[in-house]
Amino acid sequence: MATSVPTASRRAFLGGSAALAGELVIGFGLGAPAWAAGAGEFRPNAFLRLEASGAITVTIPSAEMGQGAVTGLAQLVAEELEVPVERIRTELAPGDDVVYANPLLGGQITGGSASVRGGWKQLRGAGAAARTVLIEAAARQWSVPADSCRAEAGEVVHAASGRRLAYAKLVDAASKLPLPKEPKLKTGALSVIGKPVARLDTPAKVNGTAKFGIDVSLPGMRHAAVANCPIIGGKLEGVDEAPALAVKGVRQVVKLDNAVAVIADHGGAARKGLAALSPRWSGSEAHSTATMVAAYDAAMERKGLVAERKGDAAQAMAAAPAKFEAMYRLPMLAHVALEPINCTVSVKPDWCELWLGSQVPGRARRAAAEAAGLPLDKVKVNSFLIGGGFGRKLEVDFVPQAVAIGKAVGAPVKIIWGRDEDIRNDAFRYHNHSRVRVGLDAQGMPVSWDHKLVAPGVMFRFLPSFTKDGVDLDDIDDAATPYTIPNMLVEYVREEPPKGLLAGNWRGVGATRNAVIVEGVIDELAHRAKRDPLEYRRALIDRSSRLGRVLDRVADEAGWGRQLPPGHGRGIAIVSAFGSHIGMVAEVALDPKGAVTVTKMTCAIDTGYVVNPTIVRQQIEGGIVFGLGAVLYGEVTVARGRVQQTNYHDCRVLRLNETPEIHVALVDSTEDPGGVGEPGTALVAPAVLNAIRAAGGPRLTSLPLPPAMVHRA
Amino acid sequence: MAARLSVNGKTHSIDVDEDTPLLWIVRDIVGLTGTKFGCGAAQCGACTVHIDGVAHRSCVTPISAVGDRAVTTIEHLESSPVGRALQKAWLDEEVVQCGYCQSGQLMQAAALLAARPSPSDEDIDQAMSGNICRCGTYGRIRTAIKKAAANARGGAA
Repeated sequence: MATSVPTASRRAFLGGSAALAGELVIGFGLGAPAWAAGAGEFRPNAFLRLEASGAITVTIPSAEMGQGAVTGLAQLVAEELEVPVERIRTELAPGDDVVYANPLLGGQITGGSASVRGGWKQLRGAGAAARTVLIEAAARQWSVPADSCRAEAGEVVHAASGRRLAYAKLVDAASKLPLPKEPKLKTGALSVIGKPVARLDTPAKVNGTAKFGIDVSLPGMRHAAVANCPIIGGKLEGVDEAPALAVKGVRQVVKLDNAVAVIADHGGAARKGLAALSPRWSGSEAHSTATMVAAYDAAMERKGLVAERKGDAAQAMAAAPAKFEAMYRLPMLAHVALEPINCTVSVKPDWCELWLGSQVPGRARRAAAEAAGLPLDKVKVNSFLIGGGFGRKLEVDFVPQAVAIGKAVGAPVKIIWGRDEDIRNDAFRYHNHSRVRVGLDAQGMPVSWDHKLVAPGVMFRFLPSFTKDGVDLDDIDDAATPYTIPNMLVEYVREEPPKGLLAGNWRGVGATRNAVIVEGVIDELAHRAKRDPLEYRRALIDRSSRLGRVLDRVADEAGWGRQLPPGHGRGIAIVSAFGSHIGMVAEVALDPKGAVTVTKMTCAIDTGYVVNPTIVRQQIEGGIVFGLGAVLYGEVTVARGRVQQTNYHDCRVLRLNETPEIHVALVDSTEDPGGVGEPGTALVAPAVLNAIRAAGGPRLTSLPLPPAMVHRA
Repeated sequence: MAARLSVNGKTHSIDVDEDTPLLWIVRDIVGLTGTKFGCGAAQCGACTVHIDGVAHRSCVTPISAVGDRAVTTIEHLESSPVGRALQKAWLDEEVVQCGYCQSGQLMQAAALLAARPSPSDEDIDQAMSGNICRCGTYGRIRTAIKKAAANARGGAA
């Protein structure tokens, strides 16, 4: 079994394409079988199992949360193994931070839009290793040179003699042969990669048979509903259990330091029992959105760390004939994935088992081991489909709670947080503030860019390898702009949220924080210079670069420059993130009162080699809808130490009747694949805000839109 | 209360408080987990089932309100031509991402097509905007409903 984890490449989570470090991927975990193979099995590595029955199973190291990892990664294996993708059965990898580590991230993490990027060589290598050995096994049987044979549609073929052997018949012989250290990937035309293969996970999702974590059922399982302390960082002082115990079907009340759980025979009784309780909570009521924003404003006045520097921004600024300054304040956001936080546990004195959908099942396993006081090898995490992740399920904050409840119950128990609990106890995209000062030449073009930002520094906790010299590299992602500006300074101030409030990762992470600021400022500069925002950007970018070409492509696709009715406007934005290069154009209409309707979104993306164009389109479309919800409604507020939002009425997301026409153009590319789950989200806010300005509306520097500017459909 | 509940053509004996939401009975007692919990307050539509063919939010429907009416869940959608047409369109159009909301989306769409075999965009807006999809599959849902409607009318399903 592989025992070392490859070091995470520092910018992989952020997506610097130069840092993809694919070479270290090949061979990792492939040199030896990760598991002892049983009789009639060929397990060349931890990802692949071929059986004498003909069954071919691929273990998917990434979580499946809708982003299509199961299908995309199965395609990579199918391509190299030379089997039709529909012959592959898939299973989700159990929690294991070593064997199933994403090579780009150094752990079993499904985030940073890195599933296909991480699997590009790893999973192809897994398939290629198996193919090589199967060919060798057949060649030996036929006493012919291996290089006179080839693999095709699940068989090894010896063309000269016309002989063929199905993989199933080679499983025993192959399992006895040595594995290649550096399996050779196919060169030339690819037949599965790049095709719009039908998703493998979806047939079960249209008939109710797909199993998410919340759907687990175990013999003797109880159902738990939980109330967490509503005061941030607060405690449970006490609770009278009697009203819950009086509810039919309720068996037990479990008190924890900062929560109370009601255990029942079914979820209905558990929730009714919970609602009957009047827990007494304690904690500081001092925190509010106003105090949190004030803390960020104060932090902006502190001296920060120099995160990036080019030339001398201060000197260039002082000498510049004109100056521009903008202050951006972005709100706190919740994920509100439709599947609320849930975790099913069975805790025994010498064994602990979890059933859940997690973006970090290996971390869930470690958290459970610690909470249960057991060694890691006495803890098993069974992975399930995730009903929406978006970064929330990169956290395991609820796992120790589930284990504590499981211990108290002494039987398998499924913990489900209600929607209110899920929102109030989210791992929030925390506030960030940015102040940008630009020095301009006589033509209104930037000669210096000074971007000072205050952000929470999530990576110090979440992935310390993505920090450097006190700077969270995610917080500053894209802060320096993709443009050619001779003098540049990015200054970083880290300001953590109040204790007890968990700041986490939200779809698009740093790029989503900074693209709205960078592209908003650049756009405003164009307006002030009285230049077309597209032309202004073209003057600041290498037109032959991938991003430069994407800028041209999205403008073409959107019909940039074509006449629009009065009160309408187009806004453009670009960013390089997650190894992809993306451009977006929003079209909006303002009614006479200034209320905004987003009528069309156009996107062009160069994401390198496209493994499955359908899934890429789905991800961009979904990323746009996700981002648009945040532009219109996204804001979580705190008052008297409590998060105020409780459900979808006050934590609104985009609905079908609010969804504009979306057009996605894919740029042909043979570069290694980039990420697609997140970049779509990053550009929605800048494109829409720029379109509002172009339509004659105000230049907005905060989100979400003021309620009066949201058109009620 | 002890009650008899008809789900997907089978009758179950249930003994729960009369205000118990149908959702938890279907999921935790009957054992059909295709119907999802999303909000508990009829705000997201993930729990949508049919009661005598009409779409209801099972998370706010007490068992006492169901009576002897027939409950149909996603697991039984394929028993109707419209249901099969929708499932096929959902796959053909590659609607689904995480899939958590799609049981509710499909049940809501099936009720729509039962009432309006040729829905307009406004009909679709009206019927489907109570169903949240956090993955953002709305555009494909709209296309798939129209396609399923055409196929169901043409008898292709």
